[in-house]
Amino acid sequence: MISTIFADLHILGPMGRGLVLLALLFSSVGFGAGLAGGFLKSAEATRIARWCALAFAATAIWANFVMIGALVSDDFSVGYVAEVGSIATPLYFKIPSLWASLSGSILFWAGVLGVYVALYARKARPKHAETQPWTLAALLATSVFFTALVASVADPFHAVFPVPLDGPGPNPLLQNHWLMAIHPPMLYLGYVGMSVPFSMAIGSLCAGRLEAGWLAPLRRWLIVPWLFLTIGIMLGGWWSYGVLGWGGYWAWDPVENASFHPWLTATAALHSAMVTERKGLLKTWTLVLIITSFLLTLFGTFLTRSGVFNSVHSFTQSDIGPVFLLAIAVIFVGTVVLLALRDHKLKTGRGFAKQVGGMKLLSRETSILAQNLLFTVFTATVLLGTVFPLLAEAVNGDKLSVGAPYFDRIALPIGVMLVALMGVGPALPWGEMNPQRALRRFVGPVVGGAVLTLAAAIGGFTGPVSLLAMFVCGFALVSNLGEYATPVMARMRVKKERLDVAARRAFIRGRRRYGGHIAHLGIVIAVMAIALSKGYRTTADLTLREGQTAQVEGYDITFTGADLIELEYMESLTANFAVTRNGQDYGTYSPAMNFYPRQREPIGSPAVRSTPAEDLYLSLVQVQPDGEWAAVRVLVMPAVWWLWATLPIFALSALLILWPAKKRKTAAELMAEAA
Amino acid sequence: MSDSNKVRVGLAGPIILVVCIALVGGALYFLQSGMGGLSENLVYYMSPSQLMELGDESDDATVRLGGQVEVGTVDFDVDANLLTFVVTDGIAEVTVTCAGAPPQMFREGIGVVVEGQLQEDGVFHTDRVIVKHSNEYEAPVEGERASDVYQTLVMEES
Repeated sequence: MISTIFADLHILGPMGRGLVLLALLFSSVGFGAGLAGGFLKSAEATRIARWCALAFAATAIWANFVMIGALVSDDFSVGYVAEVGSIATPLYFKIPSLWASLSGSILFWAGVLGVYVALYARKARPKHAETQPWTLAALLATSVFFTALVASVADPFHAVFPVPLDGPGPNPLLQNHWLMAIHPPMLYLGYVGMSVPFSMAIGSLCAGRLEAGWLAPLRRWLIVPWLFLTIGIMLGGWWSYGVLGWGGYWAWDPVENASFHPWLTATAALHSAMVTERKGLLKTWTLVLIITSFLLTLFGTFLTRSGVFNSVHSFTQSDIGPVFLLAIAVIFVGTVVLLALRDHKLKTGRGFAKQVGGMKLLSRETSILAQNLLFTVFTATVLLGTVFPLLAEAVNGDKLSVGAPYFDRIALPIGVMLVALMGVGPALPWGEMNPQRALRRFVGPVVGGAVLTLAAAIGGFTGPVSLLAMFVCGFALVSNLGEYATPVMARMRVKKERLDVAARRAFIRGRRRYGGHIAHLGIVIAVMAIALSKGYRTTADLTLREGQTAQVEGYDITFTGADLIELEYMESLTANFAVTRNGQDYGTYSPAMNFYPRQREPIGSPAVRSTPAEDLYLSLVQVQPDGEWAAVRVLVMPAVWWLWATLPIFALSALLILWPAKKRKTAAELMAEAA
Repeated sequence: MSDSNKVRVGLAGPIILVVCIALVGGALYFLQSGMGGLSENLVYYMSPSQLMELGDESDDATVRLGGQVEVGTVDFDVDANLLTFVVTDGIAEVTVTCAGAPPQMFREGIGVVVEGQLQEDGVFHTDRVIVKHSNEYEAPVEGERASDVYQTLVMEES
């Protein structure tokens, strides 16, 4: 094994460090070249910047592979491996150890940034020659920042001497569930990807090219990290549900909120960018949203990594907090100045009131404007609730936290209105629609809403809030499905195509647009699942002696004994519960407590019986190793299954949008490049 | 592109401005009620002596009480599914009851945070017991089982 030879020579540490320093060099030089290209309008300097960007990407990604090599080959001479590695850790947990702790996760961040930088440098069009050097400079400045962290305060490659024979292994939370292998990378792809639209916005501002056509590509680069962020947040909820044992998926924990803030502003930006693209309106607003999204990812990293909050993520706490705050302050001041300098170009002679005054009530732009307003209020309230404990402690030393009801109270009405708008917006055309046509257009969605409400009521969900939620969801669902049907029916009518031909052609022509609509469907289904599972849950804390049975929501739960399962890297104390309902045997469910040598606190592993109708969730509170008695928290809640069912929907949406266009188009681009 | 956007003065313009203003007003209202919600939903961290100082004033307010589980006060009735213990900070003591079993790591002398209310009977009612533990890595003693290590939890200074 070559990697073992490298490990024995202890060469991976110096090699990784060398690559990090090279990445720092390339990003710094590229940053300078980008600035030169921008100021001097030099194509030569821009070419150097692009080359440096690719070189940065290569070295940063390579450094990540070196670290993975060190983790896999147990090279404890590398500081990070000594910190999180252990010989007993199975291979499939060794690779995710890359993001198990602070310095590794910052290295991973730099690597993901490398991927995005390379994609931008490869895809950057010649027609964007004016903005490109500035965008590259902004991207590479971000790269310099993160690479400098990896080279200094968060250096994962520092040498350890004497070399330890074994390490403690990664954080047990990371080893407890397969989702830990994909939730962090998805979130990183979302977080880090925000750097690209941010840098493009900065590029457009610096170059002073702010025509609608110049801003259009922004949206395409924004939707990619948006989808990854959506999937990452969903997976985080799933992980929380599957591991933490409290029976929920979202606790409005500061660190969860940290990922939610940029999602909210990015969602708003995705929509306002459409208004900018189609109507040339809301330009400044769109740019502000994009810049804010990026700032909120940095702020989120600050909240997660600085240790200001205690949470499941605070294992990565360190003293890099102030560095992030400084970066946020610099970017904030910088962009405000930049926006002020470009004010005359952004205004295009019309103020906000006139822009809005020119809109028609029954138009897509108006619905998007309303959506943006709601998202802004949503972001502001969640942000307020998140930072309030920090402010209170700083101001008068009170230690407090903001309870989940605060967030729920604001999320409910805004959520209902947003879902309603998801039904209204896509049904309205740009410009204007006459009221009679609009009325006809909404007959289907209203019927859809009524049907779903009735179905929910028959299913026993009779709370007024759930019924309202079901109505708007049904409304939005039918309205969005109509968006698929309309172009197909138009083709059948006008071009006299058969249904299948029309469907295929409409799909091929509007593939990316369909991808966006599918994301809408995913959101509606997620909202339905959240509304029902939050509104109708039963919780019971049971303590059962061996052989004793208790009944919860029609389930008969019998404690049949405890087992100790020993694995190489952990021991699992499980309690077995036989579950039946109306005499039907559902089998045995075994929630467990997992004990890791590294940590004194066991980690729970709930057992869940998940069906589209409802989940039975068993979370172990305490079990006597001799099996005398066990305490278990039992939750019964409907529709949670549907929340995870949205994941393939978002994945499909991402695929439809990201799938490269046909070769023919690329060739045309090459021609344009050559010309 | 901007040609198609010439502002046509008509009735729709003013209507839309009014709608916008209404939306902003509604948004502000929600923010306002959100603020109200904020002050209602603040959960303060307190020590037993702080809670005792508040006395009756704290009735029914949800707080997080932090302290140490007094040695010799823990009682868990398996059949009644009821846990009682005393939380102390060395100055004041609060009796806590919880309908349900304690978490696996719970033991005498350990630091805990309990969320709930001090009720009129002078007992703190909680449904959430969180054990504060030192998470620092300590290598297990030779031959020690991972599943027994938690029994030697470091006791938290309160």
